[in-house]
Amino acid sequence: MEPALEVVGMSKRFGGFAALDAVSLRVAAGGVHALIGENGAGKSTLVKCIMGYYRADAGAVLLAGREVEIRNPREAHRAGIGMVYQHFTLVPAMSVLENLALARGLPRGRIDWRGERARLAGFLATMPFAVPLERPVAALSAGERQKAEILKQLYLDARILILDEPTSVLTPQEADEILTLLRAMARAGQITVMMITHKFREVLAFADTVSVLRRGRLVGGGAVASLDADAMAALMIGEQSVAASAARGTDARGTVRLVLDDLTATDAAGAPALRGVSLSVHGGEIVGIAGVSGNGQSTLVEVLAGQRRARGGRMTVQGEAFHASRREVMRHRIALLPEEPLRNACVAAMSVAENMAFRVFDRPPMARGPLLRRGQIRAAAERLIARYNVRTSSPMAPIGTLSGGNVQRAVLARELGGAVDLLIAANPVFGLDFVAVADIHAQILAARNRGAAVLLVSEDLDELLELADRILVMSEGRITFETTAAEADRRLIGRHMAGHH
Amino acid sequence: MNAGAALGWWGVPLAVFAGAIRVSTPFLFVSLGEVITEKSGRINLGLEGTLVMGAMAGYAIAYLTLSPWLGVLAAGLAGLALGLLHGGICALPRVNDTAVGIALMLFGTGLAFYLGKPFIAPKAPGLPAIDLGFWSASPQVRAALQINVLFFIGLACAPLLGWGLRHTGIGLTLRMVGESADAARAMGRSPVRVRLLATGFGGCMAGIGGCFLSLGYPGSWNEGLSSGQGITAVALVIFARWRPMACLGASLLFGGAGALGPALQSVGVSGFYHLFNAAPYILTLAILILASRPDRMLGGAPGELSITK
Repeated sequence: MEPALEVVGMSKRFGGFAALDAVSLRVAAGGVHALIGENGAGKSTLVKCIMGYYRADAGAVLLAGREVEIRNPREAHRAGIGMVYQHFTLVPAMSVLENLALARGLPRGRIDWRGERARLAGFLATMPFAVPLERPVAALSAGERQKAEILKQLYLDARILILDEPTSVLTPQEADEILTLLRAMARAGQITVMMITHKFREVLAFADTVSVLRRGRLVGGGAVASLDADAMAALMIGEQSVAASAARGTDARGTVRLVLDDLTATDAAGAPALRGVSLSVHGGEIVGIAGVSGNGQSTLVEVLAGQRRARGGRMTVQGEAFHASRREVMRHRIALLPEEPLRNACVAAMSVAENMAFRVFDRPPMARGPLLRRGQIRAAAERLIARYNVRTSSPMAPIGTLSGGNVQRAVLARELGGAVDLLIAANPVFGLDFVAVADIHAQILAARNRGAAVLLVSEDLDELLELADRILVMSEGRITFETTAAEADRRLIGRHMAGHH
Repeated sequence: MNAGAALGWWGVPLAVFAGAIRVSTPFLFVSLGEVITEKSGRINLGLEGTLVMGAMAGYAIAYLTLSPWLGVLAAGLAGLALGLLHGGICALPRVNDTAVGIALMLFGTGLAFYLGKPFIAPKAPGLPAIDLGFWSASPQVRAALQINVLFFIGLACAPLLGWGLRHTGIGLTLRMVGESADAARAMGRSPVRVRLLATGFGGCMAGIGGCFLSLGYPGSWNEGLSSGQGITAVALVIFARWRPMACLGASLLFGGAGALGPALQSVGVSGFYHLFNAAPYILTLAILILASRPDRMLGGAPGELSITK
C-alpha cells in the first residue's frame, strides 16, 4: 500500500550542528508510527521540518506518493497534516468553543455563536470522544485538554496527525485511553498517526512501526513486533556506557527527619494548592510523591524551599519547627533539587563556581569577614566539577551556558557535596538523557544509603517505582493514597492520580 | 462658580456629576484604546505623550481649518502614528515595551510642545456640546448638562469594544495573541502584526482623548494642559481588569474624584482645596492597596503582558 506520509533524505543544520542528517522514513496509511530517541536526537526537528516550522536544508515530504512543498504550518494544515504539541496550544483563558472556532480561521465580522455551536456539536457527534464546549480550557483536566487539542486538529480535517510526546502530562489511564482511541481511528482508516515518545511501553502497546533517531541520524526501526524494549534502548543510546543502577542498600529506616502536619498553601494565582498535606520522611528512606502535574506538588516544593509561605499547618525537621530559613537549612543539613534548576536554584548569568558556592560563600573558608576569597570559591568548584562530572568550559563560565543535564549536575554537586540529612528533589531528571538520568538516580540512591531522608516529587511514575521505598499520591492538594514500593500497583496508583478513589 | 452658590449644597453633586463627565472623557478614550493594546499582550506607557500630541495636533488643525472635526481626525492620525511607532519599535527583537513607552512619552510631549508653540495664543473652534438640560429653568443645571459629543462617542465605544472582543473574529484573534503568542503562531497568526495594529488603535484613541482637552474641556492648547491623564489611564486599565465596560466605570469614578475639589470650592469649602484635588491619586493608591493580594497575581491579566508575567 502507498505510504500516507514519506520523508526522504531530510537534513537540517543549525550552524555547525547537524540536527538531522539524511533521515528517511515511511508511515503506512492507517498506521501508528512511533518516533523515539533521546533528547536532542532530532525528533522534534524532524517533525518541525515536516510541519514547515523549519526549512529543511535538503529532503522532501511525500503525501500519498506525491511530493508536497510545505513552507509554513498553514500549508501543512492545508495539506491535511495536523500536529499536537508537547505544550498545549489552546488558549487557557478562552472556552473550548472559542478555541475551536478560532482554529477554523478568522471569521469575518460578527461571529454566529449559535451556528458555530451547532456545527461543532455535529462534528463532536462523529468523534469517539467529547469535551465540554463551554468550559474555559484552563478549567479542563490535562486529559481533557489533550483530547481538545486532538479534536482541534481533527476539526481542521487533519488526516495525518503528528503528536509530540502526547502523554507526558497525562495519568497512565488517560494516556492509555487517548492512545487507544487514536489507534482505533487509525485502524478505521480515518487518520494516520505519527507520535514522538520516549516511553517504550507506549511504543510496544500502541505503535505498528517505529523509527529510532540518534544524533540526527536514523539508526534503526521497523515493525514493532520485531523489536523489544532492550533492542530499542540499545539503538537509542548507542555505545555510551550507562551507570549501573545503584544498589539499594539494606533497609535501615532511621529516625523521623521531616514531618508535615496539615500544611496548606495557595498557588501563584491565589487558589488553594495545598489543602492539608501531612506526611513524614525517615532517615534512610525515599518517599516518592506521585501525581499529575498541577495537583500541588510544585507548591509543596516551593513551600519547603522557602519560595512560598504556607498558609497554615506545621513543618518540623528533626523535631524542630521549620520555616525554610537559610540558617535552618544549614543547621539541619537540608539539600534541595527543585524542578527547572536553572530558574529555581541558579542565577543563570553568574558563573558555575559562584552558583556552586551559594550555600556556603559567606563563611570560612570562602569568606574572611565580609570579604570573599575568590580563589577558594574557584578551587571548591573545581573539586565539585571533577567529582560530579559537570561538563563546563571553565568554572567561570556562566551556568546558563551549560546543558540541562550539566546544570542539574552542578546543582546536585552543590547540594550533595557536603553531608546531607534531608534531600528534597522535584522531577530531578526531567528532560535529561539516559546517561544523566542514571547518574542522578545513582546519586539520590547513594544519599539514601548513607542515611539521608529523601522526599522525591516526580511526575514520572516509573522513576518513583524504581527509586522510592514508599509512594504517596497527591491529588488536588491532598495526599490521597499511600503504598510501599514493594506492594505498589501501577493501576491503583494511576486511579488515585486521576482523582478517582 | 456662582452656579453652586445659587443651588447651595446641591451644587456639589451636580458639579461632581458634570465634572465626572468632562474629566472622564480623556480617561475613557485613552483607557479603551489601551485595553485593546494590552489585550494583544503589549503595554504602551507612552500614551501620555500621545495624548499631549493629540491635543496639540487637534487644536492646530481645528484652528487652521476652522473645523473641530478635522481636528479630531488629525488628533487620531497623530495618535495612530505614535502608536504605530511604539508598535514598530517593539516588534524588533529584544526590545522592552515598558522602556520604549517611557521614551515615547517624553518624545510625544516634547514634540507637541515644540510644534505647538505657535498655537498657544490663538483660539480654535471647539467641539459642539449637546444640551441635555433644555428642560430646566436653572442655569446651573443647564450648564451641567451641556455634554460634549466626544463623551457620547466614548460612551458608545465601551460596550461596542466589549462586544467586539467576544463576538468578532478580530476580537478573538486579539485575545488569543494576548493570551498565548505560541497558540497564535501555531494558528498561523502573526502576533507582531496584531500587536502593531492594536498599539496603533490604542494610540489613535489616546490622540482623540487628547484633543478633547484642547477642543472640549478645558478647551485651549497650552503646555500645562495634561496633568498625567495619559499615564493614569494606563493604571485605570489594570484597575478595570482589562474590561471595556469597567473602563467606563473607572473613568467616571476618577473623573468624579477629580471634580470634587473644584465642586467643593464652588460652595465655599476651599480649606482643603489642594487635598481634594489630590483625590484621584489618593483614590488610585487606596484602590490598588485594597485590591492587592500578597500571594496572588492579577486576575484577568492577558497572559503575554510583560508587566504581569
